[in-house]
Amino acid sequence: MSALLEVNNITKMFPKVRANDGVNLVVEEGEIHAILGENGAGKSTLMNIIYGLYRPDSGELKFNGEVLNLSGPHEAIEKGIGMVHQHFMLIPVLTVAENIVLGAEPGGISYNKKKANELIREISRNYHLEIDPDAKVKDLSVGLQQRVEILKAFYRHAKLLILDEPTAMLTPQETEELFGIMRNLKNQGISIIFISHKLDEVKEISDKVTVMRRGKTVGTLNTKETNEQELANLMVGREVVLRLEKSEYNPGDVVLSVKDLTVSDEQNIEKVKNVSFDIRSGEIFGLAGIDGNGQTELIEALMGLRPIKSGVIKYNNNNIEKLPTRERYKLGISYIPQDRQQEGLIMKFSVADNLILKEYKNSQYSKNGVIQYKRVFENASKKVEEFDIRPTDYNLLAGNLSGGNQQKIILAREVGSNPKLLIAVQPTRGMDVGAIEYIHKRLLQLRDEGSAILLVSLELEEIMSLSDRIGVIHNGVIMDILDGKSATREKIGLLMAGSQIEAKKVEV
Amino acid sequence: MKEILLNPQLWSATLAMATPLALPALGGTFSERSGVVNIAMEGIMLIAAFFAVLFAHLTGSAWLGLLGAIVVGMIVAVIFAWAAVTLTADQVILGMAINIFASGFTAYLLNTIFGFSGTPTDTPMLPNINIPVIKNIPFIGQILSGNSVIVYLMIILIFASNYFLFHTNLGLRIRAVGENPEAAETAGINVIKLRYLGVALSGLFSAIGGAYLSIGLLNSFSTDMSSGRGYIALAAMIFGKWTPFGSFGAALLFGFATALSMQLQNSAMSKNIIMMLPYILTVLALVGVGGKSVSPAADGVPYTPKK
Repeated sequence: MSALLEVNNITKMFPKVRANDGVNLVVEEGEIHAILGENGAGKSTLMNIIYGLYRPDSGELKFNGEVLNLSGPHEAIEKGIGMVHQHFMLIPVLTVAENIVLGAEPGGISYNKKKANELIREISRNYHLEIDPDAKVKDLSVGLQQRVEILKAFYRHAKLLILDEPTAMLTPQETEELFGIMRNLKNQGISIIFISHKLDEVKEISDKVTVMRRGKTVGTLNTKETNEQELANLMVGREVVLRLEKSEYNPGDVVLSVKDLTVSDEQNIEKVKNVSFDIRSGEIFGLAGIDGNGQTELIEALMGLRPIKSGVIKYNNNNIEKLPTRERYKLGISYIPQDRQQEGLIMKFSVADNLILKEYKNSQYSKNGVIQYKRVFENASKKVEEFDIRPTDYNLLAGNLSGGNQQKIILAREVGSNPKLLIAVQPTRGMDVGAIEYIHKRLLQLRDEGSAILLVSLELEEIMSLSDRIGVIHNGVIMDILDGKSATREKIGLLMAGSQIEAKKVEV
Repeated sequence: MKEILLNPQLWSATLAMATPLALPALGGTFSERSGVVNIAMEGIMLIAAFFAVLFAHLTGSAWLGLLGAIVVGMIVAVIFAWAAVTLTADQVILGMAINIFASGFTAYLLNTIFGFSGTPTDTPMLPNINIPVIKNIPFIGQILSGNSVIVYLMIILIFASNYFLFHTNLGLRIRAVGENPEAAETAGINVIKLRYLGVALSGLFSAIGGAYLSIGLLNSFSTDMSSGRGYIALAAMIFGKWTPFGSFGAALLFGFATALSMQLQNSAMSKNIIMMLPYILTVLALVGVGGKSVSPAADGVPYTPKK
């Protein structure tokens, strides 16, 4: 084997940040090379440099032994570099064929649909990637959309395929399928760069791993000769606890009881259908499911942000489905919303102000409608310390903090008020191993203190490691509620995909 | 009422009134399909209307008047594109600014160049065209034949635009740029260039529409003579779901309302009520009566290429 891609000492500066700092990488022909790193480690920057979207400040790229000076993606494509972005670069209203050939259409002035479809069918056959060229992309599942992206690269004769966090949006089954495709491509001599922060996936699929930390490559290892713990430590730069210690499951009274709840979206389409479940104190109830299967509508209904169509929501045995959101807060319900920047924080407010967004009206912070800043600041300095929010200056605007620290502000506000019920939606989304470890610890601590927690997450790993019971939602229906200890990844995955029968088989 | 509807004049007037709406609506389709909301079409029409008269008068040729109008109109469109696409300024505010400028600019030029008596009465007009055979068919002939050359040009342009937008590679790329510029760029397409093209085409079509007002229907220019047609054209484009044929259909509908109100000048029904019709239709179109119009996903959103 010989080196297909060589990255030598690449540096890229952004205002205030050294996103890539002397990065080195060698990818051989026909290998799957994983790039592992936390968010902000510089993985995406590096990939965008290789793909010609960014120009490096210094350093050298070599592809097939030839030095590359890319002025844009079209040149990278020409050389044989293809990239599947984390957020698909597809146009939903156009067909599969139109998306694939866009920018490199066959034929002259007129769009030659027949020729385009023919070419795509041929590539489909060669790489075993079945697809209907005439389907509209918006009608395809996420897994198939990803296939369109991969086909796009091979239509342009890619020899190197960059997959940027390709499993983030997939079900476990779709992930397995993707891995099958990747192995197949590798056997055909294609090199693949696989970007991820999921250790188990890197371990499973890659031949080599290069770990990045704070803009630097800290090492390249043979996957076979390493383990998840070593990789995690390299990634974070210290010893990391991968498996959290969880105390005995000791449930108390029912705190939240949902019965036959039905909720519609803005188009009056039912997104939550006859859902029932209970959550007890001292319990973490995980809600697993693929994005867009009714989780958002369910949570918004529970928080009073969206009207319900029918059903009952009981909190400590009292009906709350008609109460406005503020009243629900007052009863001791806390909420970590999915989108921290849009719903969780006001980015242009200071950390201190964000910490009292829910309680500013209470007598402790407000006298005759005037905010008592002395108290606000006392509260802020206490919370900043307790929740390790950095930097510690609580007068900074929330928008100036990193994603992980923004989430800590929300955590401090919502968990710090000792809620009896916490609804946490994707509490660790987009955060790195260190911050995830911290947030998980806090959630478990809250559970042990007797709170009820509803944890909604797209990360199966997170659901499985924290939950005492797991509900799986598909298409607005709770498919099953499983015991957290005995639930397997495979079974949850099948339920997530809506296959109850298949899931039953697994049990046997 | 029956009398009015059977009067061929009503129908030829419909066509005549639809033309200055259909042309900018077509132009707007190109601009918005590429992702740029071009409200400045109103101002471009007005400026083009003025320069059509000016060049026609100076050269003695209506054709050169049309050409001059197109050149000036496209220059204004490119200036708009430079600010909206390259400098990523707010497209709506920018468009408004150009429109207000156009109103004052043309009024000023009218006064300075032609004085208080207005544009000269001997300004040449674009010809009307009689179509052999068709012109002899009763009723139909009176409607379809004998119209301004611009009317026929418009019809050709509608078919050409439809082919260009939906059956050529370049058309596919323009649509891609208006839907998801980032995706287009990663596919190796030059987003900025195509947006300039979209806006330039909207300038071209608006300019022809403007010239039609001043040297097609008439042979003179008066202040603010575009009287909101650039805006109604945007409504027609939305009503027509950002397609050439749809835009033309909507323009015909609006043109009919105008023609009808002209025919009703002397009748009991108030012409003002009829005049309201296009605007009511516009509102209904925008709130989604008769199938929601879905705009190009990146319409009006400036794009900055990565560095």
